[in-house]
Parts: sequence; C-alpha cells; structure tokens
Amino acid sequence: MTHLPTAPRAATRLTARAANRRSFLVCVGLAVAILGFGVLALGTGSISVAPLDVVRTLLGNGSRITNFAVLDLRLPRVLIALAVGAALGMSGAVFQSLSRNPLGSPDIIGFNYGATTGGLLVILLFGGGTLAVSGGALAGGLVTAIAVYVLAWQRGVRGSRLVLVGIGISAILQAINFYLIVNAQIADVARATVWLTGSLNNLGWTQFWPLVIALVVLIPLLLAGARRLDMLEMGDDAAAALGVRVERSRVYLLIVGTAACAIATAAAGPIAFVSLTAPQLAKRLTRAAGAGILPAAWMGALLVLVADFAAQRVAGASTLPVGVATAALGGAYLGWLLWRRR
Amino acid sequence: MSTGGPTRAASRTSAGQAPAPRSAPSRAAGLVVALVVLVAIALLSIAVGARSIPLGTVVDALFHRDGSDSSYVVWSIRVPRTLIGIAVGASLGVAGALMQALTRNPLADPGLLGINAGAATAAALSVGVLGVTDLRAFVWFAFLGAAIAGFVLYVIAGRGGSSPVRLALAGTAVSAALTGLTQAMTLLDTQTLDQMRFWTVGSLERADGGTLVRVLPFLVAGVLLAFFLARPLNALALGDEAGKSLGAHLGRTRGLTLLAVTLLAGAATAAVGPLVFVGLAVPHMVRAITGPDQRWVLPYCALLAPALLLLADVLGRVIAKEEIDVGVVTALLGAPLFIALVRRTKAARS
Repeated sequence: MTHLPTAPRAATRLTARAANRRSFLVCVGLAVAILGFGVLALGTGSISVAPLDVVRTLLGNGSRITNFAVLDLRLPRVLIALAVGAALGMSGAVFQSLSRNPLGSPDIIGFNYGATTGGLLVILLFGGGTLAVSGGALAGGLVTAIAVYVLAWQRGVRGSRLVLVGIGISAILQAINFYLIVNAQIADVARATVWLTGSLNNLGWTQFWPLVIALVVLIPLLLAGARRLDMLEMGDDAAAALGVRVERSRVYLLIVGTAACAIATAAAGPIAFVSLTAPQLAKRLTRAAGAGILPAAWMGALLVLVADFAAQRVAGASTLPVGVATAALGGAYLGWLLWRRR
Repeated sequence: MSTGGPTRAASRTSAGQAPAPRSAPSRAAGLVVALVVLVAIALLSIAVGARSIPLGTVVDALFHRDGSDSSYVVWSIRVPRTLIGIAVGASLGVAGALMQALTRNPLADPGLLGINAGAATAAALSVGVLGVTDLRAFVWFAFLGAAIAGFVLYVIAGRGGSSPVRLALAGTAVSAALTGLTQAMTLLDTQTLDQMRFWTVGSLERADGGTLVRVLPFLVAGVLLAFFLARPLNALALGDEAGKSLGAHLGRTRGLTLLAVTLLAGAATAAVGPLVFVGLAVPHMVRAITGPDQRWVLPYCALLAPALLLLADVLGRVIAKEEIDVGVVTALLGAPLFIALVRRTKAARS
C-alpha cells in the first residue's frame, strides 16, 4: 500500500441511492450552517447588529447604520470567503480523487505556490492592480500544473508520482517566492506578505465580482468532469473499459482543478489546508464513494467563513490573515488524519 | 546498484555481501580526495564574495593575521562563515545518510521530512513568544522541535520503515503546517520580521564565530554517535529479522539514530535556519562511490555534504548582485535531483 485511501472504502459504502440522498442532506445541512454562521459574522464587529436585524437588512429593510455595517462592510467579505472556500474545496476534491491520495491536494503539491509565484511576479515586477495579479496567479498555477504533469509522466501519470513531483516543484517555487520577497521594495513586500499568507482583509465588492464571474464559468466545467472523475477512481483499466479516455480526462480535470485553485489564490492569496481538509471532512459526512465535488464546495465555504471569523477576533486588535487560522486548524486535522491512517 | 539506485535495494546487501566490495585502501584514498575537495571549496568560499580577494592574498591572510583589510574580512567574516558551513553541511549530510538508512527510504532528508522545520518553528517560537535571544538557550528549543517532528514522523511511518511516498508526504505535510505557523508569527510581529526570515529559509549570512562555538559540541556529539551506529545500521539494512539474528538491538539502534538525527538537524537549524535537500543528495552520490557500507558512507557524507553546501553558498554570492540565501540555492539545486529520484524509485510507480 503506497498511498492512503481516498475514501472510506467498500465496507462503509452505501448503495448508490442512499449515498445520493445522504450527500444531498449533507449539502443542505452545510448550507444551513453557512446561513446561520453568515448571519452571525454579518452581525458582529465594532457595530453590533442583532441576527433578526441582519436578516431584515439583507431583505432590504435596514436602517442607515445596519445597511452600512452589514451590506457595505461585511457582506462582500463574507461572500468572498464563501466563494474562495468553495473553489478551494472543489479543487481539492478533484486533485485528491485524481491522485487517489488525500494529501494530493493543490496546497501540498505546489499549484498554489505556482499561483503565488505568478501573483508575486506581477506585484513585485510590474506593480499591477488586482486584476493583473489575478491573471498572474492564474498563469502561474497553470504553468506549474503543466510542469508537474509533464515531469510526472512515464507512460502515463500515476497518483503517487504526481504528488512527489509536486513536492519537488513546490520546493523550487518556495525558493523562488522567497527570493522575490527578499529582494523587493519594502512597500511591495508588505503587500505581498499579507497576500502570501492568504487574507481577506481589505477585500470588497471590486474583488467580489470577478471572482463570482470566474466561478460561474468554472463550476459547470467542474461538474461536467465529476462523472469521469468517479470512473477514474475505479482504476485506469476499469475506466478505460467503460469508455473513458483516461489521459485526456486527466488533463481536462487537471486544468479545471488548477483553475479553481488559482482563482481562489488570485483573490485571497494561498489559504492553506482548505483544499486538503474540506473534501476529507465532507466525505466523512456523506460516506459516499467518488470525488464528492459539491459537498466539498459547501464544506470549503463553511471552513473559510469560520476560519476568517476566528482569525478576525482571536488576536485582539490586530486582524490575523485567514490563512493563519486555516493553517492551525488544518495542521491539527492533518496530524489526526495521518495518525489514524497509520 | 553502484549508480545510486534506490536505497531499499542497495542497503539490503550488507557490507560483507556487497558484490565486488571495493578494497579498503581505495576507499580510504577516496576519502583523502574528498577531504582535498572540501579544502579547495573552503578556500574558494573564503576568497569569493562581495569583495573579491586573490587566492594568494587569502592564503597569506590566513597565516598572517595582521590588521590589513583583507585579513579583517577573511578572519572576521569569511572564515567563520565557511567554518559554520562546513559544520552544518557535515551534520545535514550525516543526518540524511542516517535517515535513509533507518527508514530504508531513498527520499529521506531531514529538511524534506520536516525535522528542520520542527527545529526552526520551536526556535522561532522561543524567540518570538518567550523572548529568548541567546543561541545557547534556543538551541535547546530547536532540539525539542526536531525531536517532536522526528517522533511524529516516526509514529506516522509505523514500524520498520514505511513506503517512500508515505513518509515524504507525511514530512511535507508536517513542514507545511510548521512553516505556516512560523509565517504567522512573522506577520503578528512585524518588527522581528527581518530576524524571523532567517527561520523561513536557511542562510549562512548571519552566522558568526560565536554561533559555531555554541552549536559545535552538539554537532560533534551527533557525528560521533552516528559513527558508532554505522555497524548496527549495516545489520539492520538486512531487514529486521536478519539484523536481530546478527545481534543488533532494533529498538536501541532506532532510538539512538533518532537521537543523532535530532542533535545534528536541531543544532544545524538553530545555527543557520532550515535547509532542505542537503541531506538528500549527498548520500546518494556517496553510495555510488562507496557501496552501502555505513562505515564508509558516513565519513564520505561528512566531507562531501559540506563541500556541496559551501559550493551552493558561493554560487548564491556570485550569481546575482544581491546575495541569494544558501537555502534558496540548495532548494533550486536539490529539487531537480529529488524529482529525478522520484522518477526512478519503484515505489512511486504504483
């Protein structure tokens, strides 16, 4: 056994219909949790708004103060957290399923380092605006994915080799990122460092719309790949026997999965461990086989929302970047995961 | 086998069974060559820098410590930096060889498996949270961090070594979490950002004579312990059962090896920050020269790993106008080698 299994295996596998039903219920449950927590996040802060008033404000019946606090100040941040989390969750589900390894998520194998390098290059060399940084991150992520894929190619691509090559590439990218940071102007460095940890600070509606447009394009593409992903999970030969063109499907999934990760990274920087943990946690709840892209999206959204809420409040006056909170939560979860799969 | 293939296969044959074992005299001669290489690169490291000093002047300044500018640069900056490079390089090389032998894993490296990150995080925590400033104090935190990371890894790996993939993944995950933690601290405390950056990537730039003196006892102890372990590790290379029947104590050998790795990686990281890949590359090259016998692998590593580290440091000083930290250079040099090893390792083909 050279890799950790991706899902609770056959022993706990439910019948297809029961699994679908359960997955649906999990999604609904997560959505309810997101709504509840979202209202809480929208209501708390230096201006306190009661939950009912938050709902009233969202429905368009707020006062001037609640309109300002809830709609202008907090809503974009909450929505960005949800969008970024969903994108990371879906990306993680795709890659963990592709590599058949829960640790094969983009944050471990370097795609977000690549996105970071792209973003950093734009910030540090061209001083570009948000859109340019996003473009740089997207390009960096895709170039990295292609490099990892090509280097892992040996008469086909195997999951564990993909992951290990990714680890090597991340080391190179981290070194490059570090070099870029060290040799840059201090003002750029400050901006880049915050972005580098993954942060939702200072994001507003201007950053929200491009993110949502990108997701609207991407989600159907991801869901279109989900069926092939489930077949690939049964093994290359079985998938090929069922008429799936194995390598072509893998390239397609690699591209859409990387795009999801890169979009999130472009918006908020590389938020660690969400794409690792969200699909795993969702899987524990749904107990279904397969990639489980939608439950992972809901779980990722909830995770980033909660982590950002915690990061804003845990350090007193100073607002920690959300990436710090996810790193702490993810690290603990990871330790437990590895211990259990010993 | 002699081309540095997977350790798993290479180390299964013990010293006595190695096909066409090289004669002791030729391996000893090779050791002398390795020493000459190290000395040559050390001289290069002293001669090359922001201010280029001719080799003749360098040698002259080494023997006549007068008040001249060259003498000052050589003795107060270049020599300490070179010596600490040698000490740290030897430690990481030996630690890498030990880990590869212990885990029977060709991809093992104290940097890659998160041991160095554990040491760096604990040291950074002691500096940032507890306000420790003396290296003599925080080197103990570095040991603690390295030991905890090593222990976690060992627990994860399970008994008797684990698959290369699993171990490399576990190590990457552990160091990713730890690096995140160190980064968070630099963000919370922007004033120490500049000092902390030392803990994010390894650099010889800050190391001085005092650093060397403070960590040297630990490094020497670690290297001596490693040499003491060469024979039992050879026996274990045959497999747990065969090793036991040869009189090796499994538990004791594993425990002492982890102790040696902790000492070496912890002290090296306390001195210069976490370095990746130094301990990965050299043992592979060395085994291609010496065969799998640890009694030869370890001394060769102790000479050639520092040569590689110093070379990387010199490269970092020469390539760009602004100096590139040695940790960046070793990553850039080591990662392609790691990928090449991955492509050759059988276990990664599943």
